[in-house]
Amino acid sequence: MATAQTRTLARIMMAPSVIVLLIWMIVPLAMTLWFSFQNYSLINPMMTGFAGWGNYLYVIGDPSFTQSLVNTLILVGGVLLITVIGGTFLALLLDQPIWGQGILRIIVISPFFVMPPVAALIWKNGFMHPGYGMLGHLWKFFGLEPVDWFNQYPLFSVIVIVAWQWLPFATLILLTALQSLSEEQREAAEMDGANAINRFYYIILPHMARSITIVILIQTIFLLGIFAEIRVTTGGGPGYASTNIAFLVFRTGILSNDIGAGSAGGVVAVVIANIVAFFLMRAVGKNLDA
Amino acid sequence: MGSITLSHVKKSFGEVQIIPDISLDIKDGEFVVFVGPSGCGKSTLLRLIAGLEDTTSGQILLDGEDMTKAPPARRGLAMVFQSYALYPHMTVRDNIAFPLKMAKAPKEVIDQKVEYAARTLNLSSYLDRRPRALSGGQRQRVAIGRAIVREPKAFLFDEPLSNLDAALRVNMRLEITELHQQLKTTMIYVTHDQVEAMTMADRIVVLNAGNVEQFGSPLDLYKKPANRFVAGFIGSPRMNFVDGPEAAKYDAHAIGVRPEHFKLATAPTPGTWKGKVGVAEQLGSDTFLHVHVDGLGLMTIRTDGDQTFSHGDDVYLTPDPTRIYRFDAAGKAL
Repeated sequence: MATAQTRTLARIMMAPSVIVLLIWMIVPLAMTLWFSFQNYSLINPMMTGFAGWGNYLYVIGDPSFTQSLVNTLILVGGVLLITVIGGTFLALLLDQPIWGQGILRIIVISPFFVMPPVAALIWKNGFMHPGYGMLGHLWKFFGLEPVDWFNQYPLFSVIVIVAWQWLPFATLILLTALQSLSEEQREAAEMDGANAINRFYYIILPHMARSITIVILIQTIFLLGIFAEIRVTTGGGPGYASTNIAFLVFRTGILSNDIGAGSAGGVVAVVIANIVAFFLMRAVGKNLDA
Repeated sequence: MGSITLSHVKKSFGEVQIIPDISLDIKDGEFVVFVGPSGCGKSTLLRLIAGLEDTTSGQILLDGEDMTKAPPARRGLAMVFQSYALYPHMTVRDNIAFPLKMAKAPKEVIDQKVEYAARTLNLSSYLDRRPRALSGGQRQRVAIGRAIVREPKAFLFDEPLSNLDAALRVNMRLEITELHQQLKTTMIYVTHDQVEAMTMADRIVVLNAGNVEQFGSPLDLYKKPANRFVAGFIGSPRMNFVDGPEAAKYDAHAIGVRPEHFKLATAPTPGTWKGKVGVAEQLGSDTFLHVHVDGLGLMTIRTDGDQTFSHGDDVYLTPDPTRIYRFDAAGKAL
């Protein structure tokens, strides 16, 4: 396979798909970059031309940007915390020999198949609505004042919904990790006098470290761009209380019709995502080395 | 101390009965080998003793104390697994120290015992490596080291050498036997390799389909097999069996002759078995001849390595009359 001829051939054969992918990626990015340096507002169509750093200064200088950045980090961190800890716990439970294990596993995985807007609507109307949501009824049953989740704890509510969607993913990955642990290692630890907690801490957890890393990396990539859940439930509010960077770009570019500033926000979001990815790889990436 | 007594131990997995009824008495300091073909229940029996499986009924006594229901950790036994079952993310030192750490031993005691075990097993220069940086034999030694530091009542070995290459296996066999001489702790060793069983054991338990066929010293088993199964299982190459009229001459349902108990001639004498050499396996020290004997089938004969035979040679076999084993219709030795 490694002769000069086969290598050249391979490159030529692969070229079309690589070129298409490249264009697919480069063109929108280039357009976004271009717009971000232009005065381009649909409300004020007469104002055009080069804007310099104006759009960037406008986006970053706005207090809502800082809040969105903090919200993004809280959202990502909160969901990661819930899914990794909850996923580990669920995986440990599902690994036990029980009747109907196969069916149960499919049921546990199913929230992952529900589309984000649908999941958010189920939570919004079915559970968290103070008037007719299940939680509202539960609160009333105990004689408590129902909580208006999206007004009182907007970011927390979004975190709960997103965590509910991603918990199955974490559970599934961690369960496979758990099942790949050699039975003899577990038994050896048992013979060595390790109780259940010690077995978990010294044997099972180190074994799962790599999978936990993968869960964190993959989820972070997706969680940085959470949008549908916010759009459907809180609409980023009240105020900017549940607006993350992705939703801020939407608010600026689409709701405020300022394409230039929205593009600048998008570019900033890309930069932030890369910064997060860089630190994340440094923090947990060492677990991925063989 | 480490005497192990099994009394009427039974084990079934659901409907399937693995061990119908076994009683054994293993003395303190003995090296006992469980040997038998795959699926005979030898590993299950070991796991019952270890406490990794629950006994269906019967009793397991360790030093006279009933441990049938005790969890593995409380039995004070150490086990060496076939896959070694080392903890991959821990260094050799941490692996060996793990049981002591779980027992909450003070740090100085742990260090001292780990050093001692490492010295005994020639592991001192590998203590800070991870298991994956070790060879198969070294991993095996780490697994043994992890067992030694606990100072167990008895060691349980579950086919520990089956993942090693042939040369290393012979080495480790010696090392384990020497370790036993040195520690004088009870050891139970499971294997399907009868050579391992013969060379290492003080006493051998031959198992077949969950039943103890015979329990005795290696030479006992070789010289006085209780039945046809043991006779065929112990000894390499395996015993030749003859039934029918030829066996009836010896007043038995079947007779057995070991490959080493034949006289071999190239000219006929009365009463000999005539045959043609099929394959001659020359090992240098010995030659194993596979002889197609007229009317009796294929037989394996062991001769010294100086005699050379080739395919198709006519040979005449005389079994040593004092070394003929006789079996009745049920396979019991007469």
